[in-house]
Amino acid sequence: MKKYLAVIGAFALIAGLATGASAADKLKVCFVYTGPHNDGGWSQQHDTARLALEAKFGDKIETAYVENVAEGPDAERAIERLARSGCGMIFTTSFGFMDPTIKIAKKFPKVKFEHDAGYKMADNVSIYNMRWYEGRYVQGQIAAKMSKTGVAGYIVSFPIPEVVMGIDAFMLGAQSVNPDFKVKVVWVNTWFDPGKEADAAKALIDQGVDIIVQHTDSPAAMQIAEERGLHAFGQSADMSKFGPKAHLASLVDNWTPYYIDRVQAALDGTWKSTDTWGGIKSGMVELQPLTNMPDDVKALAESTMEKIKSGELQVFKGPITKQDGSVGVADGAVMDDKTLSGLNWYVKGIDDKLPQ
Amino acid sequence: MRIQLERRASHSQAMQYLSPIIAIGLSLVSFFIIFVLSGIDPLQALYIYFVEPLTAGWSIEDLLTKAAPIILIAIGLSFCYQSAVWNIGAEGQLAAGALAGSILPVLYPSLQGPWVLAAMMIMGVLGGMAYAAIPAILKIRFNANETLTTLMLVYVANLFLDYMARGPWRDPAGMNFPNSKPFEDGQLLPIIAGDTVRLSIVFMLAAVVIAWFLTSKTMTGFKIRVLGLSPRAGAFGGFSRNKMVMLTFLISGGLAGLAGICEVAGPIGLLRTTVSPGYGFTAIIVAFLGRLHPFGILVAGLLLALSYMGGEGAQVALGLSDQTTQVFQGMLLFYVLACDSFIYYRLRFVRDRSHEATAARVAS
Amino acid sequence: MFEGILLTIITAATPLLFAAIGELVAERSGVLNLGVEGMMAVGAVCGFAASNLTGNPLLGVLAAMIAGMLAASLFGIVALFFVANQNATGVALTLFGLGLSGLIGSAFVGVPGVPIPKVYIPGLSELPVVGTLVFGQDPFVYGAILLTIATWWFIFKTRGGLILRAVGDNAASAHALGFSVFRTRFLAVLFGGACAGIAGAYLSMVYTPQWTQAMTAGRGWIALALVVFASWLPGRLVIGALLFGAVSILQLHAQALGIGIPSQFLSMLPYIVTVIALVLISRNRALLSVNTPATLGRPFVPDT
Repeated sequence: MKKYLAVIGAFALIAGLATGASAADKLKVCFVYTGPHNDGGWSQQHDTARLALEAKFGDKIETAYVENVAEGPDAERAIERLARSGCGMIFTTSFGFMDPTIKIAKKFPKVKFEHDAGYKMADNVSIYNMRWYEGRYVQGQIAAKMSKTGVAGYIVSFPIPEVVMGIDAFMLGAQSVNPDFKVKVVWVNTWFDPGKEADAAKALIDQGVDIIVQHTDSPAAMQIAEERGLHAFGQSADMSKFGPKAHLASLVDNWTPYYIDRVQAALDGTWKSTDTWGGIKSGMVELQPLTNMPDDVKALAESTMEKIKSGELQVFKGPITKQDGSVGVADGAVMDDKTLSGLNWYVKGIDDKLPQ
Repeated sequence: MRIQLERRASHSQAMQYLSPIIAIGLSLVSFFIIFVLSGIDPLQALYIYFVEPLTAGWSIEDLLTKAAPIILIAIGLSFCYQSAVWNIGAEGQLAAGALAGSILPVLYPSLQGPWVLAAMMIMGVLGGMAYAAIPAILKIRFNANETLTTLMLVYVANLFLDYMARGPWRDPAGMNFPNSKPFEDGQLLPIIAGDTVRLSIVFMLAAVVIAWFLTSKTMTGFKIRVLGLSPRAGAFGGFSRNKMVMLTFLISGGLAGLAGICEVAGPIGLLRTTVSPGYGFTAIIVAFLGRLHPFGILVAGLLLALSYMGGEGAQVALGLSDQTTQVFQGMLLFYVLACDSFIYYRLRFVRDRSHEATAARVAS
Repeated sequence: MFEGILLTIITAATPLLFAAIGELVAERSGVLNLGVEGMMAVGAVCGFAASNLTGNPLLGVLAAMIAGMLAASLFGIVALFFVANQNATGVALTLFGLGLSGLIGSAFVGVPGVPIPKVYIPGLSELPVVGTLVFGQDPFVYGAILLTIATWWFIFKTRGGLILRAVGDNAASAHALGFSVFRTRFLAVLFGGACAGIAGAYLSMVYTPQWTQAMTAGRGWIALALVVFASWLPGRLVIGALLFGAVSILQLHAQALGIGIPSQFLSMLPYIVTVIALVLISRNRALLSVNTPATLGRPFVPDT
């Protein structure tokens, strides 16, 4: 008899969740991840921020997530499920979730949506992203200071604007130190394949680069740099433990400040649809820890970050020459965010042809 | 004293129907144990996995939308597998169909209307067929193992799709995001029920019925089965093995292509760098779970779609990892395969290891 | 640079060689096990877990072998004892193994692995060009070569190998002669599982010392293709694995040199080359018919 009651109880609980009639007045904050929640990179950084929300707001909120969601119809279904299960706020954390987010947001006007890395907004859809390129610029300076061969290898996933922006910013930073600096680029056509990333790192090293930068998610390249006694930069999370001697600086995504702001606003009733592009200044983009570099390099990196924070230094400020020699940004002008977010050309000096 | 299988004199009718039920029962019991061991209330978990998705209209709609492409592909694969042709590359044929079917809406966005939609569907089918014809020809002409060629061609097709969606076919107004231009309303399959159920459901049901008719009522279906049981028997009967290889590849490629364009011109609404979260591979499981029978495939496809839906529900409600669903699907297939052997065999306890060296033969 | 490239190619070929040599033995007994990818995934996670928990890489390799054999025995029970369709059972094993490895591995994400020292043979490894190439590899590379030689010797030079081939070529006659088809095949499948387990461990312990979901990334399927490419001869497996490794590494070099071909087309190359190689090998029917196990993929039940 007891068992039956337990079953009925469970059913009732689920039915309650399904209709969104959750008895407590908690805000349910939900997340859709493109990879496993513990992928050690992109999705894990979002999940870390989710846990930070739980720690900060305690029993004022509850959280849930769906992981490994394929872009396309699966994403739409996952988002709809969350909306129907009583989530008051849903973070969709991949640019491929853009159209599904907009579609479901129309169906659930009372639910607040936050979409990462897209460009379509609505009254109940905010967008947010990071100015990683600011960190890349600093990485470029460090690379130019640390490299003996004057060539860095760049392992990249897909030619979307965010990635192109990173390569350009890295090159601009490096050129500010050493105008003759070279960058070799290898596209691996995946965000995450440790074996392939390791192979790419080896190929680049065999071609004479002595510093590896990556815009893919696994720490494989860092491990190869460690093995070969060279240097590398980490991506998404602090990767120093994968290369205690090789690690220079990881470009860390810190979503926590933004997520806390947004959840606070939702709790206060002041949430509005916004477009946030946060960088070093807002604490979202972090370059840390700075390891295995002489003090003068460290000082240069820190002072550059200060200048970016104060607005004294703008990464995409002219004159910037395109790869083909034409003018990218005129002298004294600063590229506006709209152009920047659709960037599709290389700056001069990059040894690669941008896939069009 | 040991246990071994012994061939039944005639196959067991009772086991034919009991086997899948026993297999599902065993899977549920195994799952129950796994949940208990990991400290999760097993009844609640099973409810969320297998019952809850059926309790709301929207999730039933999603179930059908998810199941449609899988069943469509599995029906095609069942023709291959019945004739012992091991096409495991439906995922690539799906991508080829999506690409071919997208030619009109991407290059000629102004063309709209029912005939355009029909043309897109036909081009999708032809695209899948053409891509499936490659391993078929390699097998017929060069004797190349189709299990491996079809699989290698999946990687090739997916990379080509990636190239097209990022490169030549990228939406110029899309901020450099790797998508084609969204299809116009007149280029999308109409919704025929609820909020999301599209015309592809009708294609799927038609495929099931036609497949049933073909396999059980026509000579071609008979030939396919004969050839599957024994290639030599087929040859004696005057059927050409090569023709059959080509035919089954074209059927399965065509249906996978149709599934591809139905996804693109349906729930997705544009051409993306990936159009399928592995439907072509899931369909292999569904084909075998459904025992290569059209109605069995229908049921198996719905069951697998249910496990996907339930798996997502379990993530939200219980924080279960999505790998749990994969484990369940693999386990279910193991049980079905093992239980099915009781249709033709029974267990026998043998006291003595020695056996007469008489008419041993190879079971096919 | 040339030496470095060769070194990379050899390490890229090693996991393929391990997995393929195990599958070759299984196929020689007449069993087609499409579950290599799943067994590798289980081996990868168990090897990583054991070596990290104990700090001993040898125990890691042992755990990977046992895990691979356990996964293989699942296949053996369903496909050999219950005589189920081998293709379907293999696919089920791949699915099950990938899922299970994810469940086991969730505790080991983001943890660096225990490094395995390279074997430097004093004096010899300092030789120019061939030095590190021949005398400074990780232990797995030497293991793979020894295993290949041992497998060749076993298949063609021993009584056990004769039984293995007899079972694969004509199960009914082997049975009539009094050999246990079931036992031979089961052992062959277990050997395949152990090898796939080592291949997985190589990925998670040496190639990229870390564990991540689905890190096998399709290498199990490539291993299956290599067995056909090698027409079931161990020596040719080495050539096949090196060829595949070379194509996948050289396309990255082509990119780093800045040639203007879209990277997707370069990434396709290893797969296209595999298909072409399969076609070239397969069209020679005479060669194939000598070495192909005649009962490959067909279950056997004695009529007693």
